[in-house]
Amino acid sequence: MTKVGIARGIFYYYYGDIWKNFFDYLKVPYIISPNTNKEIMENGMKYANDEMCLAFKTYLGHVSYLIDKCDYLIIPRIDNYKLDNQTCTNFLSAYDIVKNTFDIKILNYNIALDKHQNLKQGLINIGKQLGFSKEQSKKAYKYAVGLYKKDRARDITINMGKLNSNKTKILLLAHPYNTYDDLIGRDIIKYLNANNIEVIFSDKFDDKITNKLSEKITKDLYFKYSKDNIGALIYAKDKIDGVIFLSAFPCGPDSLTNELVMRKIDIPHINLVLDSNSSFTGIETRLESFIDMLKGGF
Amino acid sequence: MHKISFPLMGDYNVPIEFLLKHAFKEEIIMPPPITSKTIELGTKYSPEFVCTPFKYTLGTMLEAIEKGADTLIQMGGGCRYGYYGEVQDQILKDLGYNVTLINLVTKGKVDIRRIVKELKETGIKYSKLKAIYYGFIAIKMVKYMDIIDDYIRENIGFEVKDGSFETLKFKMLNDFRQVKSYLELKKLYRYYLKEIQNVPIRKPDKCLKIGIIGELYTVMEPFSNYFLEKELSQNQIEIKRFTNVHYLLFEKKHKIKKYLKYSKKYIKYQMGADAADNIARTKYLCEAGYDGIIHIKSSFCTPEIGAMPIINKIASEYETPVLFFSFDANTSETGIKTRLEAFYDMLEMRKEK
Repeated sequence: MTKVGIARGIFYYYYGDIWKNFFDYLKVPYIISPNTNKEIMENGMKYANDEMCLAFKTYLGHVSYLIDKCDYLIIPRIDNYKLDNQTCTNFLSAYDIVKNTFDIKILNYNIALDKHQNLKQGLINIGKQLGFSKEQSKKAYKYAVGLYKKDRARDITINMGKLNSNKTKILLLAHPYNTYDDLIGRDIIKYLNANNIEVIFSDKFDDKITNKLSEKITKDLYFKYSKDNIGALIYAKDKIDGVIFLSAFPCGPDSLTNELVMRKIDIPHINLVLDSNSSFTGIETRLESFIDMLKGGF
Repeated sequence: MHKISFPLMGDYNVPIEFLLKHAFKEEIIMPPPITSKTIELGTKYSPEFVCTPFKYTLGTMLEAIEKGADTLIQMGGGCRYGYYGEVQDQILKDLGYNVTLINLVTKGKVDIRRIVKELKETGIKYSKLKAIYYGFIAIKMVKYMDIIDDYIRENIGFEVKDGSFETLKFKMLNDFRQVKSYLELKKLYRYYLKEIQNVPIRKPDKCLKIGIIGELYTVMEPFSNYFLEKELSQNQIEIKRFTNVHYLLFEKKHKIKKYLKYSKKYIKYQMGADAADNIARTKYLCEAGYDGIIHIKSSFCTPEIGAMPIINKIASEYETPVLFFSFDANTSETGIKTRLEAFYDMLEMRKEK
């Protein structure tokens, strides 16, 4: 039976759970690339352009891991959730870049709400390519999204519940593909937890609230994921002790939005920008002094 | 009275100044020409890994402020360029400048109502009727300039008397600045087109032809690409370039569909800014028998970075050499020259075979 490959990078952190549910329901076997490791990252750098961001380089590494292990890769294109909620251009080009770099069949759909192209149609199309009827795919979509929403709501409740914790609280403001990547965010989170810090994740808030809230800091921004993150910061700002901005070098949207936000907020913060040469030792020193400062309370 | 200024790009300051001068009842401040000081200044106050046009435009704004400007105009879109305005505004405010920055393109579109509101809030006086009429003339001016530039680019390397084209163009721009009506502009355009076409040239049958593609600001602002076109023309090379303001404003919308269809073997979607355009142009340049392609962009330009592997693939399929340049504030000029020389030496050798 045909096997679908899911690369553990970029899109995975937004749509991975929905895809898994969708394929589970249809009983389509799939394989997810493992957590990022040195080999995956180095492989990615072989295929990537030098100037691509660390997260995208890693993504290509995950793709290359899957090439001889599946029949299809799932790679969407995410253009926009209406014009004032667009994405970074890597979300627009990933499909075409992979198609031209690797020899593999790709299951692809496009999300462009300004042109009424949405996830439902996308997954139905994918179902069709895999030989399922529209009805079957519709049911699978419903199941997938229903389950995802439940899980997501639970995650949000847990995350937002941490805002009332008695520990020192830090908001980790980052895109989820950086936060939860083994070579980017994991060690940072581990370190913070070990130092008795309550880590709150900027991607686990209700984006219906945060997206709109971002307008308090920026009225012209049109990058959806950055808006959601900024909104989370505004939502949490009175309850947290500090913010860690974490980006993958040289992230396009972050280069501007984080700059603007850091100029406008008066909460203690540090800015961590990671590239493939970053060592955790350097980061650890900065985290240590940041935590000292927060706990010292000056 | 307000003092309005705007970032520079190529020769387009002529139509922009023309429009602003007529539409606003305020003083228009021309920023000084871009120099290495501009980019130094811009870099100093810019975020670390932002793309270079941000630094150039911020640098020009700072230089305009030095000359007394208190109102700045910014526009852009397609990638993070569209978000420059708000961040630059904040940077200028944090530097202590009491300036207003008006962003003409917000969230990817020209929001007239918002612009009118902002003009009203800042108390800038303008005439709606004049804005429309002179806007129309300015647009035509852009179109005429672009047509003439295309012709010059193809021929400037072969003029019999050095500097003939540049002198004519300089005169033309000066005359364009003074026009009062559309008819006058049209007459001038016809006159200069004829003059420029009459410039004696000596073009060998087998000259090198190179296409320049890439990120729009770097392509259109000669200082930011280290005067690449001039350098090429001094080596008797015919240059083809696609991106100009007329293309971006009026042609792109229609052409992009054709471009996508034309290059559908390689790409299915637009990839932000001019990435897909440049992929289609690569295929075109290869098929049209150009000897080489030069792809230029500013450092960290995400859409073009995405396009590069695909451009590379197409060019190698057609066996057309491509040279990639990524320019930043501290790119070494000698390095560029050396790579360029090696590139056209190689093209010459291929041609002679």
